[in-house]
Amino acid sequence: MSTRLTSNGWMINRNVAVEFTFNGKRLRGYEGDTLASALLANDQMLVGRSFKYHRPRGIVASGPEEPNALVNLGSGARLEPNQRTTTTELFDGLEAQSQNHWPSLEYDVGVLNNYASRFLPAGFYYKTFIHPRAAWKHVFEPIIRKSAGLGQAPKDRDADHYEQAYGYCDVLVAGGGVAGLQAALVAGRAGARVWLVEEATVWGGRARVDGDIIDGMAAQAWVDQTVTALMAMPNVTMRLRCQAAGVHDHGYVLLSERVADHTPGDGRPRQRLWRLRATRIITATGAIERPLSFPGNDIPGVMLAGAVRDFVGKWAVSPGDRTVIVTNNDDAYRTAIALHGAGLEVVAVVDARVSVNGDLPERVRALGIRVETGKGIAKVKGTKRVEGVEICVQAGEGKASSFVACDCVAMSGGWSPVVHLWSHCGGKLAWDEAGAFFRPDPDRPPLSHDGRAMVIAAGAANGALRAAATDADAAARIALDMLAMKPAKATAPMHDLPEEGAMAPVWVMPQGADIALRSKMWLDFQNDVKVSDVQLAAREGYESVEHTKRYTTLGMATDQGKLSNINGLAVLAESLNMAIPQVGTTTFRPPYTPVTLGALAGEARGEIFQPLRRTPMHAWHEKNGAYFEPVGYWRRPYCFPRAGETHDQAVHREVRNTRNAVGLLDASTLGKIIVKGPDAGRFLDMLYTGVMSTLPIGKCRYGLMCNEQGFLSDDGVVARIDEDTWLCHTTSGGADRIHGWMEDWLQCEWWDWQVFTANVTEQYAQVAVVGPNARKLLERLGGMDLSKETLPFMQWADGTLGGFAVRVYRISFSGELSYEIAVDAGQGAAFWQALIAAGVEFGAMPYGTEALHIMRAEKGFIMIGDETDGTVIPQDLGLDWAISKKKADFLGKRGQQRSFLANADRWKLVGFETLDGSVIQDGAYIVGQGVNANNQRNVQGRVTSTYFSPTLNRGIAMGLLRHGPQRMGEVVEFSKIEGGTVQARVVNPVFFDKDGEKQNV
Amino acid sequence: MSDPISALNGASFDGFATIREIGPIGMITLRAKAGTKGLDKAIMAATGCAVPALLRMETKDDRAAGWMSPDEVLLILPYAEVSQALDAIAQALKGQHHLAVNVSDARAVFRVEGAQADQVMRKISPVDFDTLALGELRRSRAAQVAAAFWRDEAGFTVVCFRSVAGYMMALLSQSAKAGSEL
Repeated sequence: MSTRLTSNGWMINRNVAVEFTFNGKRLRGYEGDTLASALLANDQMLVGRSFKYHRPRGIVASGPEEPNALVNLGSGARLEPNQRTTTTELFDGLEAQSQNHWPSLEYDVGVLNNYASRFLPAGFYYKTFIHPRAAWKHVFEPIIRKSAGLGQAPKDRDADHYEQAYGYCDVLVAGGGVAGLQAALVAGRAGARVWLVEEATVWGGRARVDGDIIDGMAAQAWVDQTVTALMAMPNVTMRLRCQAAGVHDHGYVLLSERVADHTPGDGRPRQRLWRLRATRIITATGAIERPLSFPGNDIPGVMLAGAVRDFVGKWAVSPGDRTVIVTNNDDAYRTAIALHGAGLEVVAVVDARVSVNGDLPERVRALGIRVETGKGIAKVKGTKRVEGVEICVQAGEGKASSFVACDCVAMSGGWSPVVHLWSHCGGKLAWDEAGAFFRPDPDRPPLSHDGRAMVIAAGAANGALRAAATDADAAARIALDMLAMKPAKATAPMHDLPEEGAMAPVWVMPQGADIALRSKMWLDFQNDVKVSDVQLAAREGYESVEHTKRYTTLGMATDQGKLSNINGLAVLAESLNMAIPQVGTTTFRPPYTPVTLGALAGEARGEIFQPLRRTPMHAWHEKNGAYFEPVGYWRRPYCFPRAGETHDQAVHREVRNTRNAVGLLDASTLGKIIVKGPDAGRFLDMLYTGVMSTLPIGKCRYGLMCNEQGFLSDDGVVARIDEDTWLCHTTSGGADRIHGWMEDWLQCEWWDWQVFTANVTEQYAQVAVVGPNARKLLERLGGMDLSKETLPFMQWADGTLGGFAVRVYRISFSGELSYEIAVDAGQGAAFWQALIAAGVEFGAMPYGTEALHIMRAEKGFIMIGDETDGTVIPQDLGLDWAISKKKADFLGKRGQQRSFLANADRWKLVGFETLDGSVIQDGAYIVGQGVNANNQRNVQGRVTSTYFSPTLNRGIAMGLLRHGPQRMGEVVEFSKIEGGTVQARVVNPVFFDKDGEKQNV
Repeated sequence: MSDPISALNGASFDGFATIREIGPIGMITLRAKAGTKGLDKAIMAATGCAVPALLRMETKDDRAAGWMSPDEVLLILPYAEVSQALDAIAQALKGQHHLAVNVSDARAVFRVEGAQADQVMRKISPVDFDTLALGELRRSRAAQVAAAFWRDEAGFTVVCFRSVAGYMMALLSQSAKAGSEL
């Protein structure tokens, strides 16, 4: 029976009661409780079920290593699965639901797996479900997925928000126990910029619970004094509830800070992810106690010895009235002393070692507690909670010599340094014989940019389990030395240590246990991996620890093997008859414990999920019902549907109106790059396939840009502004890319050419005024001469229109009389509205990108991204006229001369008209004769643009066809998604106004 | 010609720091190699400031000149005086290879002010604000968009492209929400 004690409990505030529910049951705890301590205080020993056999599971640990006590926390928009009760702070109204059971925690059908466990050995899935092949997909996988456990995935949108922040420091100290505090103190006193982070809610780690004495002071007094000293240092940043989750290259560390996990709904961000750059990292992350592998070590009530004294000391919770302690080391005797001090009964200490006479065991004997040496546990009695243990000889096969009734078993198999942060970036480990653990090998640290150690281990994390603060003092000095900083004069703190006897590595208890007993010794509690599973894997030839891990799922649970890894690989080593360091460890990967996805996404959700680029007229478009489409990060109006109109109808109306009256297009997104300098003409001649240096001032010329391979990359109209200045228009999505492309060539290749560029895309709002009434509309605004004579096609002029300072380009992407007018962006909205107002009498309407696309397709104009896909050269599109034959070189010229690109058999651009007038489907292929090597139908071309033309009242298309231009009039077949084909005639791609008369008026 | 308007028309937000969109402000991108004859005169004529050193912002009243790259200077001045300044620059750099162009309308400008203004910036930009000096100019990013900013006694001036002004305003406001102090 677990319950609350009247003494101890320095973490809790007994004056503030907190109500919470577990599986709907209303329970009470105190402020300062973790969910785990509050559950134990309410005698809730059974907290979940295991993953595979659905065995009853209780709380094992008291910290982040906990494998069992995971719950669904919260509900609805605040539901989060797999939350560790041992690190979850209790708050009023907390809701927790246990996991992995059906229909209830108490009565679980899945526990049947338990009785079938000998049919579910290691590698069971691989062996069983491989035949017949089809059965996996249709039968086995769906069933396994359904029964696969752990928490529920949240279905609602997360109610909380998250954020990220950046930090910089000379030294990051990860872990705020005595080692971390001392390391921070030394670094802080030397003047280094220090960050000290601790994942718990208080400083000091285990020191107080373990009764450490440092420099003659009780641990807590030393901790308080050190924290006070650190807080007074402006160069030291201290954060609680903040875990160093992962170490990455060059001192980049992710810290996961729990800001409002314990105060949900208070408006603060729930969690914050710090992205920290630390020149050196001191990892002072302590050690984790190992379980012992004895039969029934997974039954609720069997806990780590250190956790038992944590619960008794920190939270005043007794895991049981009568405790048996089972150990292979002296440290566990501290638990006996703590329990005795709290007035609880320690029935016996079962010690696997034959000779036990350290200071702590002697004190325990002096308290009158029975110490059984050379003994082990043959069996734990009980199912949902411990009822007693059978004691046997450790050296034997497990014949019980006595039975002891108890309701708690505190086990200790020794401690393993937390080497995760050391290992994340490749720090290597050394095997420590005396402690039977892996510790950081100082000769093989993870390296930073300068080839020196990026991470330095301190205290228990460095294997210094006993004199952690002394060790950390030295670690900090190493870090300071690498920073070329001098430590202040001070002596290292000294621990007053009891004499401890040597621990004895015990990987199986009792040592000679048979298969029946070994099948009840749990290594991985969450994933149900037992000693027998690892031994079976070894027998089946799994020699690599990484393979054994995957075959047995050892250490693959949400706790990532924090408790099970060392025990598992020791069993593997024994089975393979190898030394443990030869077997090695699996890889330690970040994060140390799971980081919620919300924190990784940070602020990027909702309105600021992604930057959205808006033109100066965007607000008008929104107000006037525009239907938008994304173009890069821009949102452009696709069309402006009116009441009762479908989008198709709106697009067709916009096309007809532009062809018959006048349309207005927001063309502000068009890229605009100024290129200036004595070498600008020569530079543009290299970039474009055509000649731009000869373009007369005041005139415009269409140009194509290719990459070095010769493939078409961008297009647009270039205007010559003055003697050494050109303005290059790019596609809407291409402005930044082309500007970068220009700078790349200027900075890296032609650095001696005198050319400067500036991307002025956003300086201007640009409006295309298009259609037969375009000139009339602009003349109504008035201010400059726009006649055919003064401003002919493909010229530009500066002037004013309706009082706005403008630059007018007489260019056309629609085949209509068309002006593109640029004004300063700050004037854009006003100018647009002036055009709308003046346009009423001329039938002006705004049109969107789809009408733009249809009109350019009716004219056979190509669109980058439709007719091009990175494999198309200008010659494929019949654009030979825009490629200079005279120039010695331009980017792409030599690429285009390669045999495949110069091949006469390439697919080339032509137009298509379906015989039945229908619209060819997007992406349709032109089918050929026969099949290819993969038994797929041969193809001879594909559609690139296909629309219903409201002007011609029929489907029109452009596409690439093998030998296309030579096959005019031929009928080809296009594939359909639903099967079958549609016939279309090969025609000239210019469908409308072939002579260009309309734009030349 | 109507009055020039800034991208967000002076939007503002009060959190643990104050966010204000300001402007319109005159801005000129001036590109010329360091040491170009007449460059110092051109910058002086437009802003009254000396040629800014690496990463520095030279300020004089409501004018400033900032180092943007080895061959680019950002000139800041009253919006109405841009074309006059462009003329002066052309005069000072006559015959020298350079590029000067008005970018006043291409930009949105924000002020982040208050005792904890730096905390807003720490959330959005990978910059060591502990070591960012007064008058130091940084070209970096604010979350997902390009940004330039500098610090003065009262806070920060943040410049971004006009099209993403709405994103920047929402980002700064979210980052300055009361209760989310670092």
